[in-house]
Amino acid sequence: MQENKAESKEIVREEMAYEPYTIAMGPQHPATHGVLKLDLELDGETILNCTPTVGFLHRGVEKLAENLSYAQTLPLTDRLDYIASMANNVAYSIAVEKLLGIEVPMRAKYIRTIVMEMARLTGHLLWLATHALDIGAMTVFLYCFRERENLLDMFEEICGARLTTSYTCVGGVRQDVTGHFLESLHAFTEDFPSKIAEYETLIDKNRIWLKRTQGVGVVSAEDAVSLGLTGPTLRGSGVDYDVRKHMPYDAYPYVDFEVPIGSKGDVYDRYRCRMEEMHQSNSIIRQCIEALPKGPICAPDAPDLVMPYGVQKKVAADATFASGVIKLMRDNEHYIDGDVYVSAEVPKGELGFYFVSDGRGVPYRMHIRSPSYIHIGALPFMCKGQMVADVIAIIGSVDVVLGECDR
Amino acid sequence: MEPLEIARKLQERFPDQVIEVTECRDQVGIVVRKDRIVEMLRWLHDDPSMQFNHLADLCGVDYLGKKDVRFEVVYNLYSISRRHRIRIRAQVPEDDCQIDSVTSIWMGADWHERECFDLFGITFNNHPDMRRILLPEDWEGYPLRKDYPLDGGGKNWKGYDEVLEKSKRLRKYDFYGQYQDPTKKTGLEEDAREQS
Amino acid sequence: MELLWILIKILIVFAVVMLHVMYATYFERKVIGHMQVRMGPMRVGPHGILQPIADGLKLFFKEDIMPTVADKKVFYAAPLICLISALSAVAVIPFFEGFAIANINIGILYIFAMSSLASYGVVLAGWSSNSKYSFLGGLRSSAQVISYEIAMGLSLVGVMMLSGSLNLTDIVHAQMKSPFKIYLIPQIIGFFVFVIAMFAETNRTPFDLPEAESELVAGYCTEYSGMRFALFFMAEYIGMIVMSCLAVVCFLGGWSGPFDVPGIPFFWFLIKVYFFIFVYYWVRATLPRYRYDQLMALGWKVLIPLALFNIVLTGTIKSMFG
Repeated sequence: MQENKAESKEIVREEMAYEPYTIAMGPQHPATHGVLKLDLELDGETILNCTPTVGFLHRGVEKLAENLSYAQTLPLTDRLDYIASMANNVAYSIAVEKLLGIEVPMRAKYIRTIVMEMARLTGHLLWLATHALDIGAMTVFLYCFRERENLLDMFEEICGARLTTSYTCVGGVRQDVTGHFLESLHAFTEDFPSKIAEYETLIDKNRIWLKRTQGVGVVSAEDAVSLGLTGPTLRGSGVDYDVRKHMPYDAYPYVDFEVPIGSKGDVYDRYRCRMEEMHQSNSIIRQCIEALPKGPICAPDAPDLVMPYGVQKKVAADATFASGVIKLMRDNEHYIDGDVYVSAEVPKGELGFYFVSDGRGVPYRMHIRSPSYIHIGALPFMCKGQMVADVIAIIGSVDVVLGECDR
Repeated sequence: MEPLEIARKLQERFPDQVIEVTECRDQVGIVVRKDRIVEMLRWLHDDPSMQFNHLADLCGVDYLGKKDVRFEVVYNLYSISRRHRIRIRAQVPEDDCQIDSVTSIWMGADWHERECFDLFGITFNNHPDMRRILLPEDWEGYPLRKDYPLDGGGKNWKGYDEVLEKSKRLRKYDFYGQYQDPTKKTGLEEDAREQS
Repeated sequence: MELLWILIKILIVFAVVMLHVMYATYFERKVIGHMQVRMGPMRVGPHGILQPIADGLKLFFKEDIMPTVADKKVFYAAPLICLISALSAVAVIPFFEGFAIANINIGILYIFAMSSLASYGVVLAGWSSNSKYSFLGGLRSSAQVISYEIAMGLSLVGVMMLSGSLNLTDIVHAQMKSPFKIYLIPQIIGFFVFVIAMFAETNRTPFDLPEAESELVAGYCTEYSGMRFALFFMAEYIGMIVMSCLAVVCFLGGWSGPFDVPGIPFFWFLIKVYFFIFVYYWVRATLPRYRYDQLMALGWKVLIPLALFNIVLTGTIKSMFG
C-alpha cells in the first residue's frame, strides 16, 4: 500500500513536470500596434522567453522598387510608416537626390523640414496616445488625437491627403505651401506647448504611471548601440545619436535645436525623450516658418514628374510626346553607376535607404533600413524577465509600426 | 577620419582581403573577400581610431550577370563617437552561398541577417536562429534574387491554397451557400474571348 | 401578507437596481466622454438617452458563441453565479428608514460573502473558457479579490467597533447618534482603505487587471458573447452600486442628511451613491492601470497594515473616551 502511494506520488510529480505557459500575443491583439505576433513563454506572469514573429504585412516594397522609376517608388514610401508618411517621403527623396546628385532649392529644404517635423509631431502624438492607452490612461489618447487631427488637416491643405501624402518629389516638393497654411501652423505652434503640458498633468507625475514605467525594459547604452536601436529609443539610454545632428540634411544645419537625452534607458526615459522632442520639433517648425526663404520649390534638373528644362525644350520640338519624355527621363545624365546609403531621422529612428544604381532610371537594388524592424528585433532582449503587463509598456515605448517593419 | 583613409588603413591591415575600393558621391565602399569578414569587422568595431559601433544597415545585393561574383553582403557602418562611416561589401559567390555571421559583434545584426537569408538565400554561419523572417516558413525560392519570377512562377504559395480550400469548405455556412473560386475565370470573360 | 410585502419590495428593488445599471452605463459613457472632449452616445434618442436599451437589445439578440473546448456546464453557470451573488447583496441594504428587503443582523458579513462568491464566477469563467487569456484573467482576479477582501473587511472593523453592530440599519442609527453624525471623520483611515479596496473589489480602473483590455484582450470574459457577456457586465455594475451603497451606509450616514426632503426619504442616500458612482467614472478617465505585482504589494504592504492600525487606533480611542 505504502509503495503504491509513493508510486502514485512519483507519477503526479512527473505529470506536474515544469513547463512554461505559452501565450501567443497577436497577431490580433489590441496592444501590439498592428500585426505583430509575440510568442511569450511565461512562468506565472514573468516572461521567460519572447519570440516576435513579423512579416504579416510584407508587401515586397524592395522588389517592387526594382521595377519602378525613382518617382514611382515615392508613393510606396507612404505605406512604410503610415503614421508619419511625410517623414518617409523626405527620407526617400534626400536619398535619391544624393544618388542622383541633385541640389534642392532653399525654399524646398525649409518646407521639407517643416513637414518632417510636423510628421514627427503626428508620430509622437499617436505614440503617446497608444502608449498611454496601453498602460490604461485612456483620456490621454483622445487628447492626443485632438491635436493630431489639426496637423492632419494641415497636411490635407498642402497636399490633399491626410495620411498617404506623397508630398515631396525628387528635387523638391510637389506644391508650394499657402499663406493660410503657414498662419494656421504658426497658431498651432503657439498653442501646442500648453497642450503638451496638459498631457503631462495627466501622466507625468502620476504615481501609477511612474511605477509602470520606471525601471521597466532597461537597456544600457552599450547594449542599445549594439542592438542597433536608433531614434528616441536609443537616446533614452543616453547615447547622443541623432541623424539630424550627425549627418544634417535639408534645413537642419540652419535651425537651432537640442537633442534630448535620457540616462537610465527605461520606459520612462524613452517617454521623457519623446515628450522633449515634441517641444524641440515645435521650436524647429517656428524657426523654419520665420526663416522660410522665397524661391523655386523644385530643382530645375530633377528627373521627376517635373520635367527637366532641357527635356521641356526637346519635347516642345518633338512630336512623339509621351515616348520622347520617357526615353529622355530614362537617359538622364544624372543616373550613374554606384551605390549610396542615406538615412534620415524619422519619428521612429533612423530610416535609411541603400541604393544600388546601374545607370538606368530604376534602382538596381533598394534596401530600406527601417527602425521598427530593428526595434522589434530587440524586443526579446528587453522583455526577458519582465511581466506580461510590462511587455505592453515596452512595445509602446519602442514605438513600432508594422507597416515599416515588414515593408 | 576620412573614409578613404579608413579604406587605406583596412587595406594595410588586411592586404589580401581587400579587392577594390569604390567611391560614389563622397561615399566609400570597400569590396572584400568573405573569408575573414568577422575578423575585419571586429577590427573596425574595436580599433580605437575606428570605433564603428553602429551597424546602420546590412543587406544583400544580387549582381546576376553583371559581375563575376553573384552576391554581395553590404555592411553600412557608422561610428557614433567618431562620426565617420564606411561601407564594406563582402563578395559571396553563388556556389558557396554562405558567410560568417556578425551577431557576435553587433547584437542587432541578428534580424538583418535573417532578412538577408530570407530574401537572398545567403546562409550566415554561427547565427543563433537562422529562419525565414518576413516570408512564411514554407515559402519556396528567394524573392529578391534577380532570377526570381515576378509573377511568382505561375503557382500559388501553399498557405494561400490552404486558405482557399478552407474558405470553400466554410462557404456552406454562407448566406447563399455557394462558392465561387476567385482564381477561376468568370463566365463573362470567357464569353468575351469567344466573341472576339 | 408579510411574504407578499417582501415580494413587492424585491420587485421594486430589482426594477430600480436594473434601471440604475442600464443608466449607469449610459452615464459612464457620457461622463467619460465629456471628460475626454467628445460627446459620448448621441444617436439613439435625444442625447443618446435610449442607448442602453439599444445596447441591451443588441446583446440579447446576438449569437451566443461557445468555444468547443469549453467546460459547458461551468461555462453556463459562471455568469449566473456572478449576477446572482451581486444581486443578492442588494437585499440587505437599507435604502431609507425601515426599508430593507432583509434587515438581518449580519448585514456586512453577508455582503462580504456575496462579493467573494462573485469572484468565484470570475474564476470559473476564466477556467472553463479553456482560453489562455481568460485563464490568466481568472487567476489575476482570484488573487486580487482574496487580498483586497481582507483589507476591506479590516477597514470596516472600525465601523463595527464604533457602532457595536453588524446590522446595516443599526450602523446608520448609531451614526446619527454619534457626535460627528457620520463615521467619515473618526474613521477617515478606514474610509480611505475601504474606498481603494472597493475599486479593487469591483475590478475597476486602476485595478481592472482581470479584464485589462490592452494586455489580456478582455480577461475572463474574452470568450463570452451576447447575453452571457451582458450578465457579467450587469454583475460588475451591480457590484459598483452595492459597494457604493455600503460605503454610504457605513461611512456617510446612510439616508440621513443635513435636512429632510419631504416625500423622498431616500433622497440623500441616492445623492451619496451617485457621488460614489461618479467617482468611479472619474477615476477611470484619469488613472492608468497598476501592474499585477504592484497591486499585490499595495494590498498587502500598505492597505492591510493601515487597516490594522486603524483598528488599534479606534480601539484605543474608544477605550479611553468610552
